[in-house]
Amino acid sequence: MSDDLYQEIILDHYKNPRGVHSLDHALAESHQVNPTCGDEVTVWVGEGDNGSLDVAYVGQGCSISQASASVMSELVAGKDAATVSKLEDAFMELMQSKGNLQPDEDVLEDAIAFAGVSKYPARIKCALISWMALKDARIKAGLTDHASDIDEEN
Amino acid sequence: MALNVDEIRSDFPILKRDVRGVPLVYLDSGATSQKPSVVLDAERAFYETSNAAVHRGAHALAEEATDAYESAREVIAGFVGASSDEIVFTKNATEAINLVAYAFSNATDKHRQGIEVDPRFVLRPGDNIVVTEMEHHANLIPWQEVCAKTGATLKWFGITADGRLDMESNPIDQNTKIVSVVHQSNILGTINPIEDIMRMAHSAGALGFVDMCQSVPHMPVDVHATGADFAAWSGHKMLGPTGIGLLWGKSELLNAMPPFLSGGSMIEMVNMDHSTYAPAPQRFEAGVPMVAQAVALATAVGYLEQIGMDNVAEHEHELTEYLLNRLQELPGVHIIGPPNAIDRGSAVSFVVDGMHPHDVGHIMDSRGVAVRVGHHCAWPTCRRFDVPATTRITPYLYNSRADMDAAVEAIVAAQEFFGVLPESEKVGL
Repeated sequence: MSDDLYQEIILDHYKNPRGVHSLDHALAESHQVNPTCGDEVTVWVGEGDNGSLDVAYVGQGCSISQASASVMSELVAGKDAATVSKLEDAFMELMQSKGNLQPDEDVLEDAIAFAGVSKYPARIKCALISWMALKDARIKAGLTDHASDIDEEN
Repeated sequence: MALNVDEIRSDFPILKRDVRGVPLVYLDSGATSQKPSVVLDAERAFYETSNAAVHRGAHALAEEATDAYESAREVIAGFVGASSDEIVFTKNATEAINLVAYAFSNATDKHRQGIEVDPRFVLRPGDNIVVTEMEHHANLIPWQEVCAKTGATLKWFGITADGRLDMESNPIDQNTKIVSVVHQSNILGTINPIEDIMRMAHSAGALGFVDMCQSVPHMPVDVHATGADFAAWSGHKMLGPTGIGLLWGKSELLNAMPPFLSGGSMIEMVNMDHSTYAPAPQRFEAGVPMVAQAVALATAVGYLEQIGMDNVAEHEHELTEYLLNRLQELPGVHIIGPPNAIDRGSAVSFVVDGMHPHDVGHIMDSRGVAVRVGHHCAWPTCRRFDVPATTRITPYLYNSRADMDAAVEAIVAAQEFFGVLPESEKVGL
């Protein structure tokens, strides 16, 4: 039942979310809401060691939105802006795939569990909301990668 | 008289289909109802035999189309105890509410320019508009907009813990110009004492508006008997097509209102620098209207009348009572709204401990049970009950006890799947 949507990884992240806190040294934050269902997430982005990003979030909403935020915060931890930008694109591509894309586990790690979400148009926004907040906060913070973020900045 | 649900269901082609590989159990009629074949046939037949633009042209089809359109108005008016010159066709109920809200802001604008308008529609700072905390956004935002444009203040009735209007919080006073209240809440199911509220409005010298989107489709309603001055509801929630809503207004008031949308069809006389307007309802029906939809809606009204609105209401009342009892037997499930079926319609909202309403709805859907999840366009009502959203079941005349059972089993399955069912309550499903 709904196994294609509710992967074990998703339920685990929903029940035991990672990365839920605010960030004292944040350079920017982004608050996103899904007005159709009331899901909310705030993502903070700061600078970590060696050019990496520090990312934290708080949110409330359905299992897909909260698990996605948790997976995202784990996945991008310690990575630089260029890598994070590529991850954002890869996750977006997966969500737009309508279930027709075999995700690369080496790149997306736990986030491949959301592949099934792309078959449910009503839930795609749930999975994307934290990633949209991440991108918005990252660009506001100026932690951009010129090669991949140029389109958004213009 | 008990409804023959099997017979009724056979009139609705969509109820025969499967979803997600299992038979559909449609329990989202509060959002939109399904349509019987006669309604679909009526819309098609109009296009196949009489299609023409109404109220213009002198050819045979134009006459037939105009006759069909105006006959539909008469049928729909009769359904709610109104006369046909009191019924305005709009694109939906939201537009119907906006039409009256704009009468206030447009009249206020004209008054400020020194143009003579009916003083009942002029708002000044210090005046107020009264709604309730259980309004659908459609009966909230238009009034917020009117207040922002005119300087009037928005006030509201609060809600008690069991989902009733808190009559102690009644904000109606001598400065109230209009009171706009929902008849049956689309999220809580509460049926409000609108006769009393309309009386209070009139005692204060205010006009009264009732949002009947969830009442007219589900119970017998006589608009005049409610004491209201205006009411709005939609066609698609009462077995009719989308694209058509209804405004009922007392004729004298409609004719005292400035127009809303302007253009063709709504005029009396047109010059290059000024025009005069047709009497209501034509004044409010600019452009070529939704003729086929009006014809189909009149057919839906005929279908409902044949079954009898008393019977529809009784059937829904029984289902609601049964569903409320079954839901309240489930551990971890909480009703948002009146827990009993007294003065209550069939919209039943609930939350499940440890689960977000979206997840509940999704797993119900995987078992073919279609319900609504979210804030139901009543976000302030959700805030009042401190929930981000609810899952909502809204049965209609084509639903049976078996559908209520399917919904309850789906909720338990969702709890099992998410591991939020107390250990002692686990059952093999």
